[in-house]
Amino acid sequence: MIEQLTKNERQVAIAILLVLTACGMTFAGVGQGDPLGAHGFLIMAAGIAGIFWVISGYFTPEPPADRSDSYYDDPSRAGIVFAMAWAVVGMFVGVWVALLLAYPDLTFDAGWASFGRLRPVHTSGVIFGFGGNALIATSFYVMQRTSRARLPSQLGPLFVLYGYNLFCVLAATGYLMGVTQSKEYAEPEWYADLWLVIVWVTYLIVYLRTLARRKEPHIYVANWYYLAFIVVVAMLHIVNNLAVPVSFGSAKSYSLFSGVQDAMTQWWYGHNAVAFFLTAGFLGMMYYYLPKRAGRPLYSYRLSIIGFWGITFLYMWAGSHHLHYTALPQWVQTLGMTFSVILLVPSWAAAANALLTLNGAWHKVRDDATLRFMMMAAVFYGLTTFEGSFLAIRPVNALSHYTDWTIGHVHAGALGWVALITFGAIYASVPWLWKRPAMYSARLVEVHFWLAIAGTVVYVLAMWNSGIIQGLMWRTYNAQGTLAYSFIDSLVAMHPYYVARAIGGLLFLIGALVGCYNIWMTIRTAPPATEPAPGSVLEPAGDFPEPALGTAAARQAAE
Amino acid sequence: MTFTYEDLVWFAKTFGLFYFIAMSVIVLLYVYWPSNRREFDRAAASILEKDDRPCP
Amino acid sequence: MFGFHYKLERKAIGFTLAIIGVASIGGLVEIAPLFTIHQTVEEVPDMRVYTPLELAGRNIYVREGCYACHSQMIRTLRDEVERYGPYSLAVESKYDHPMLWGSKRTGPDLARVGGKYSDEWQVAHLVNPRGVVPPSVMPSYAWLLRSDLRTNDLAGHLRAMRAVGVPYTDEMIANAANDALGQASPDSPLAEGVTKRYGEATNVRAFDGVPERLTEMDALVAYLQILGRLTEAPYKIVASEAAPAAKAKVP
Repeated sequence: MIEQLTKNERQVAIAILLVLTACGMTFAGVGQGDPLGAHGFLIMAAGIAGIFWVISGYFTPEPPADRSDSYYDDPSRAGIVFAMAWAVVGMFVGVWVALLLAYPDLTFDAGWASFGRLRPVHTSGVIFGFGGNALIATSFYVMQRTSRARLPSQLGPLFVLYGYNLFCVLAATGYLMGVTQSKEYAEPEWYADLWLVIVWVTYLIVYLRTLARRKEPHIYVANWYYLAFIVVVAMLHIVNNLAVPVSFGSAKSYSLFSGVQDAMTQWWYGHNAVAFFLTAGFLGMMYYYLPKRAGRPLYSYRLSIIGFWGITFLYMWAGSHHLHYTALPQWVQTLGMTFSVILLVPSWAAAANALLTLNGAWHKVRDDATLRFMMMAAVFYGLTTFEGSFLAIRPVNALSHYTDWTIGHVHAGALGWVALITFGAIYASVPWLWKRPAMYSARLVEVHFWLAIAGTVVYVLAMWNSGIIQGLMWRTYNAQGTLAYSFIDSLVAMHPYYVARAIGGLLFLIGALVGCYNIWMTIRTAPPATEPAPGSVLEPAGDFPEPALGTAAARQAAE
Repeated sequence: MTFTYEDLVWFAKTFGLFYFIAMSVIVLLYVYWPSNRREFDRAAASILEKDDRPCP
Repeated sequence: MFGFHYKLERKAIGFTLAIIGVASIGGLVEIAPLFTIHQTVEEVPDMRVYTPLELAGRNIYVREGCYACHSQMIRTLRDEVERYGPYSLAVESKYDHPMLWGSKRTGPDLARVGGKYSDEWQVAHLVNPRGVVPPSVMPSYAWLLRSDLRTNDLAGHLRAMRAVGVPYTDEMIANAANDALGQASPDSPLAEGVTKRYGEATNVRAFDGVPERLTEMDALVAYLQILGRLTEAPYKIVASEAAPAAKAKVP
């Protein structure tokens, strides 16, 4: 990666890393006796490790002048590796916390190992670590291909990727030390949040500069979704995290908002994190990889545009459905419910568009597990968005809120939609990125597919059952007109479902491990010595879209 | 200049509706404007072309 | 060539601005009116702020992620009001930066848990939940008894809270660390200042049973015991409603 940088760029990289190290040193100094100090040392270590890394490649020859004739895929390659690593970490912790609810003593007598601190490691690990890295990696890939232009700078994308992962590490280690704002899906404290703003603005600039260099007058629709993801997440992140730190030597801060305003801001953030992180970004992924892999253009390009503005507009109103029957004014609840129901229209437009694109390519769906990952993702997207609109209706929400039904809904989306489309996109792009004819083993992709499907179904069914039982038990009255069950009765009834949920999660984790092995072997296996004959490189049918096999020189440059 | 709660709620309840309708009309006009069709068809097909290197 | 690229760039930036415009309206319309909400929520004269010890306990509650399994928001539903107590009012969390309404009840709601159990019960339950409630799946928090509470930065915490709008006085800030000590050792000379500054109704007790040592357990239990007790308004509203159960919305 360093050999792809010019001397000048290597120097700039070292300068940036020195600044980072100095920041870490400052935090380590002022934050003594506070978790902030520990994070100072961590930032310092990251900076120093980076400096050593750059120096180790500092005296390698500079890249050839014609590097601008090829796409810049180093950040995408690294991003996919990071995404898979975070998938394993996040899903492992997920299985652990799932087991803790079934067997609460499966832990250590220490703060870091308790459910409350581990849970955000799971949620941030899978959403931001796995999902975020996959989005960054694929967005760089897609943006360059659809713009027919190379990324505008060498360092910018690397800074975005590594800076983002530093944020993820700060977040995860912070939770273990008890550093959290308690805002769900926005737990990291003020200094990590500020760092993410810097990284994210750089991301936006890289994206806009690439778009400005594009050779196509029209911006392909996948980029619309990626761009909305970048822009709106920045907006949400900044507003929801406004806070006053106790001091510059303290990790703790107090949110600018309180009570009902804070609740509304938090769920405006929370629901739009679902909308723009977990939906818009991954729809961008789907709108590129699914037609590409199927070898067919989108069924309706117009529908994808209507869906885009529908999602961008409507989601912003839906957050208040998280606060039905609470102290939030009722008109805001009603507004949230109404828009949540209307949201079904653009959501199903997207799902239908994806499935109709496959018309004429269903034989490929049958033969190719990668394409099937994407197809099933679209199916789960349709199911989850329907369920979401349903759960947002006030009387339904009265039953489902606070129960495991919500957890089941979230995982139908996270496992069934986000993770499946991501695995599909990763399996499609790994051979393209590493210039291999295909994945190491198509059969292992198949194995992963079925493990993922089985895991998702077991998980979601378990949570549907437990959630609805829980909700019903809490509101059941006996003949005397008093509540029939104590809270603890409902907890006891959950036990079998909590065990089943852990099994479902474990299946999904094993699938991800199989995927890691397969990707690792694909990267390790040397590419064929000669340019393969057209048509012979792909399996099984040979009519998948061409992977971007470059010339021998381009391949060499990439390695 | 101070707004009361009622003012803001009134604004939210009326403006939101008109804004929503206006936006839908603009988007639908853009999407179904006949001369845009060619651009969309081209864009949809564009990703299937060979794309192993940037345009010079 | 410059003209072509300039146009493309303008298009990309214009597009970005369009996304911001379309996306920001919804949130603005829903959130902005809430900042004038005091006009519709009745004034509650007896609403008090958290003492330094309770605030420290609240921060432990946040740190340990208790909000992931316990809500603090009783909805206006008959079964919730009967199970947990009067439904939550907006005013009750007006000094909560951030709010801890929660989104999941793996354990029961805690909005009105204050005073429901004794300090001894709370400590025993936190140390070994299954010793008190055998089917419980709550983690053990035994180490809180072993951890001394950090008090030297409490003044800074109160100052930060004041910066975001909580009415702490200079006197409260100056005495923050001593008030934390005093609230958990009723026989010490420091105890008097706590009731003077925060009201006679403030709980001044050796929450973890050991008045000599101020632990994180003291702080957390002090916080749990004040939950739902910062104001008596919700209880009065329920009492004033002729038949609360019948009036609460039944889905």
